Amino acid sequence: MTISGTSSMNRFVLDPTNERRASTVERVGRPESLRGLTVGLLDISKARGDVFIDRLEERLSEMGADVKRYKKPTFTKPAPVDLRHEISINCQVVIEALAD
Amino acid sequence: MALPALPEGLVVIVKRECETCRMVVPVIEQLNNGSLPVNVYVQDDPAFPESLSPIHDTDLSISWHYDIETVPTVLHIENGVEVTRTVGWVRDEWHRVTGQTDLGPNLSAFRPGCGSLSVDPDLVDELRVRFGATTLSARRVDIAEAEDVFEAMFDRGWTDGLPVIPPTEQRVMRMLTGTTRQPTEVVAIVPPDLVEITVEKVAINAVMAGCKPEYLPWVIAGLEAVCNDTFNIHGVLATTMPVGPVIVCNGPGTRAIGMNSGMNVFGQGNRANLTIGRAIQLIIRNIGGGRPGEVDRATHGNPGKLSFCFAEDEIGSPWTTLAESRGLSRTTDAVTVFPGEGPRCVVDQLARDPESLTNTFAACLRTLHNPKSVLAFDAIVVMGPEHARVYAEAGWDRERVLEEIHARLQIPGSELIRGAGGIAEGVPERLNGITLPKFRPGGLLLVHAGGGAGLFSAIIGGWANGDVGSQPVTKEVLP
Repeated sequence: MTISGTSSMNRFVLDPTNERRASTVERVGRPESLRGLTVGLLDISKARGDVFIDRLEERLSEMGADVKRYKKPTFTKPAPVDLRHEISINCQVVIEALAD
Repeated sequence: MALPALPEGLVVIVKRECETCRMVVPVIEQLNNGSLPVNVYVQDDPAFPESLSPIHDTDLSISWHYDIETVPTVLHIENGVEVTRTVGWVRDEWHRVTGQTDLGPNLSAFRPGCGSLSVDPDLVDELRVRFGATTLSARRVDIAEAEDVFEAMFDRGWTDGLPVIPPTEQRVMRMLTGTTRQPTEVVAIVPPDLVEITVEKVAINAVMAGCKPEYLPWVIAGLEAVCNDTFNIHGVLATTMPVGPVIVCNGPGTRAIGMNSGMNVFGQGNRANLTIGRAIQLIIRNIGGGRPGEVDRATHGNPGKLSFCFAEDEIGSPWTTLAESRGLSRTTDAVTVFPGEGPRCVVDQLARDPESLTNTFAACLRTLHNPKSVLAFDAIVVMGPEHARVYAEAGWDRERVLEEIHARLQIPGSELIRGAGGIAEGVPERLNGITLPKFRPGGLLLVHAGGGAGLFSAIIGGWANGDVGSQPVTKEVLP
């Protein structure tokens, strides 16, 4: 039996996603030179990431960059919002170092 | 939709198909001669009963909104509000509701009614959508006539690589009957995109995973358990290690919904085990935005990332349950989530004494992730019934079993330092002189599950533990 007034078979499904539209952010232009710029080096706290970052710091300093070091509390979680904010206001360039 | 109004006085809801309804027509005619106005609503034949000028409940709106489950139902309406009702034919009840006496003097005192059309299994899903779907706020995604709906869902990136059930309004509304929570209620904030998820979106993904409505509270509890800083599903998803959320279910509800805790407990064949975990993973993908190759960076992953969910065999267990060991009562339904890899088998077919069997467990657990790795990873020991029996006969309880395993996993630093045993991996040289435990305190979880035959158990290895990584989380399952 059908009920009067009801529709026939649906041809739509309900959206299982978060229905967000990703916003695109314009990438900052690549600097001509690092001389005089502040470069943030973010250590994600993985074993031996510091070896890589120490070397980067040496090289960047030789190139005349002002290097600031930062570190995430743990590699397993996103960087805390305060840390991200601090980097964004202090640095013109940031390098995040992975390990493994 | 607002409750449709009913006229003042007595309202009788009937259908011609029902023999009791046909039987009580003379009684309704008797009522019609009384002081209260009488209105008859009919569900099927608009002309029945002719003598009473019935109103056709064309779309079953009245029956649906007034929760009519049986016909005939007599309602007494005063000032627009139902004050009382009775169902079927029970003479005393009709007297009470109508205020009249001597109704149906020639009838027997009692005759049960029939099922209302508004609860007919063939119609109920459609009615639920008709009168309830306006509460659903998810975007409707049109599927073209020429499009195969299953292919369309693959094309939109909504699946885990296996086909999913199309989440139609009917199916989602039916799924929502599995919980008392409102569709708009926020359940969790889902990483990695940190998006709020409502009960409605959980239900949509649960439909896609193949869940039954009665599984929905388990999906919701599992989701609450993984979406927090303690369990850290963001890290569990993003890691290069092969782990995913392992969901261990406890409580009488596991048996009520037919979960498997026995033979082939981690394997194929059980709908609840396979779809509850799958729903949670689909939510991480579709709501959280966590997809393999994007935020999910697993080197190998493991097949359990489709669904790794099982129940503890509590009935056959000689021990307290996992949920009890984590502070809940035996009668509480609960999920415990653990960041785990695929299970590996522990074989010991000769041990008949607990010491010997414990030596085997310790030796196998020693190799977890690397024989030289200590303190970094937790593990679940899933004890098969035949192994558990050895401990039960010796009178070892859960705590004793775990203590004895821990006692055998105190390892000299000299075996663990970098380079020892010809293996570069290891702890720093400065730890050479001290003894280190393989597992941190509380880092071993014990669960009783598996088939009744086979002197086997299983180990599920964990991921970076503690505050830097993930901690197991236990949540109560609420209706």
